[in-house]
Amino acid sequence: MSTTRDVTAVPPGSPPGGPPSAADPDLARHLTCLGDDALVLAQRLCQWITRAPTIDEDLALSNIALDLIGHARTLLSRAGRLDGTGRSEDDLAYTRSEREFTNTLLTELPNGDFAVTVARQLAYTHYAVLHYQTLAHSADPELAAFGVRAAKEVAFHRLHADRWTVTLGRGTPESTRRMQRALERVWPYTGELFEEDDVARRLAASGTVPSPAALHDTWLARVTEVVTEAGLAVPAPTWSATGGRSGLHTEEFGPLIAELQSVRRQFPGGTW
Amino acid sequence: MTAPTTNPATEDSATAPDEEELLAHFDALIADGETIEPRDWMPDGYRRMLVRQIAQHAHSEIIGMQPEGAWLTRAPSLHRKSVLLAKVQDEAGHGLYLYSAAETLGVDRADLLDALHHGRQRASATFNHPALTWADTGAIAWLTDGAAVINQAPLCRTSYGPYARAMRRVCQEEAFHVRQGYDLMRALCEGTSEQREMAQDAVNRWWLPAVALMFGPPDTEAGGADARTAALGAAVSRRAMAWGIKRHTNDELRQRFVDTCVPQAERLGLTLPDPAIRWNEERGHYDFTPVDWDTYRRALGDDTHWARQRIAHRLAAHEDGAWVREAAVAYAARTDEPAGAAA
Repeated sequence: MSTTRDVTAVPPGSPPGGPPSAADPDLARHLTCLGDDALVLAQRLCQWITRAPTIDEDLALSNIALDLIGHARTLLSRAGRLDGTGRSEDDLAYTRSEREFTNTLLTELPNGDFAVTVARQLAYTHYAVLHYQTLAHSADPELAAFGVRAAKEVAFHRLHADRWTVTLGRGTPESTRRMQRALERVWPYTGELFEEDDVARRLAASGTVPSPAALHDTWLARVTEVVTEAGLAVPAPTWSATGGRSGLHTEEFGPLIAELQSVRRQFPGGTW
Repeated sequence: MTAPTTNPATEDSATAPDEEELLAHFDALIADGETIEPRDWMPDGYRRMLVRQIAQHAHSEIIGMQPEGAWLTRAPSLHRKSVLLAKVQDEAGHGLYLYSAAETLGVDRADLLDALHHGRQRASATFNHPALTWADTGAIAWLTDGAAVINQAPLCRTSYGPYARAMRRVCQEEAFHVRQGYDLMRALCEGTSEQREMAQDAVNRWWLPAVALMFGPPDTEAGGADARTAALGAAVSRRAMAWGIKRHTNDELRQRFVDTCVPQAERLGLTLPDPAIRWNEERGHYDFTPVDWDTYRRALGDDTHWARQRIAHRLAAHEDGAWVREAAVAYAARTDEPAGAAA
């Protein structure tokens, strides 16, 4: 990839987001998908804060959301440098319409009860660990360095999700019932994490990013282990949700984005 | 406490000191500036005052998460969103340190939360104000946390060890929040005229709650209390100071806060909403309008929309999460079983 060489030199007067990269709209698009996943999931987790079952969980969920915002910032600012528009992380987060967001539908699913949030976290964090561990070996040094850091962070998020899945699965009859129902609710949305289009295939072939599809079997084996330990059944959904990667979202997504962007849109030309 | 009964069967009882000796030892520790630790003997009044104060502080951290937490989803840049998340997370952490400090005095976190939920204990009434705009998050961090730092810095040297140690961590983080709040306000003040208006409006609404409510009622006549209120406040403050729990009167700390904020507001180009603020050469302090405590007491009782809303929000979260906490307890008991059976 041409980008691997370009990012090593930092000329004076570089934009604050980091060194400029030669335009690579494909990689920009792919990183936007990943950045949107992190941003939208963080936005959902923010909705929990002050409403969690314990204060310890308010703390844990805000910690996880904070890491995810960090991932979104790295990914979106790089995407803005690569897509030729020079947009900043905030331009991408705050000025795109909901149809321009390319996160998976899984990440935008409403929080539901705590079990639904845990099930969503279980699915996402196991995927994210595998994804970032592989990204750590990217041919692109900037992405590789990010992969190393992000993999460490999401490993903690995965531990949090694993513990709660088992705790709820093996807790009380009510928590077992809710956790199983939550898995059933979330599972049809997990397939989209592993979808890949021609762009993703090309980028994966060049060693720049992981192939999402290639992560699926390991992901399934690992989540199956946790769900089994929890005394629950891995759902076998008869359908699979799709559309987020091409900007076709759930109806609940519009209000989420409207809320995210409301203050910034209310003060055009503002400085923050 | 009654004098220890003599029981020859118990080795210690013959040599156990009586309350007078215990009190003398306690007073000597306080006089020497030593800390009191959980296993030390302490007067009941000292324990009660500490539980009340630490619990109120812990509750304020938890309730204080609400006005700012409501803006997490709307923070206008990803940088500000990260900063606000980190701040709200710190507040949850402070609540936890402080509940732990209170637990060393023989109370239970669940009981303290129950007391908050059912009106037997209170959080600072400062947070019974709404955060209406994004600028409120800046005003809260700059002014309310700024007041907290001034109030709490002396508590790093408070006489009860676990409280003092918790406060050292809390104060470090609070000082950081104040700088972030000031920085947020500075960005708004350097922005568009609409942003400056939003900043000024937030300061107009948060100045008095910070001045009045973060420091407690006036405890000197100079602070604006009538003679009776001042005498009452002063008596409580005197007791707390004698025990080394407090180090300064409420009014001294309030003055220190005003003296800190006035030049900061000038640098921001914001007006503090008190026409009486002016430098008093003779006193070496800024004058300001004495707090009309009676008005505050009436306005901020339990029966206001926001006082009720804060507790209702907290209680709803607690009740919605009951099944999760029950599951955690049941799971812990289950995983303990094999070890218990083997013992």
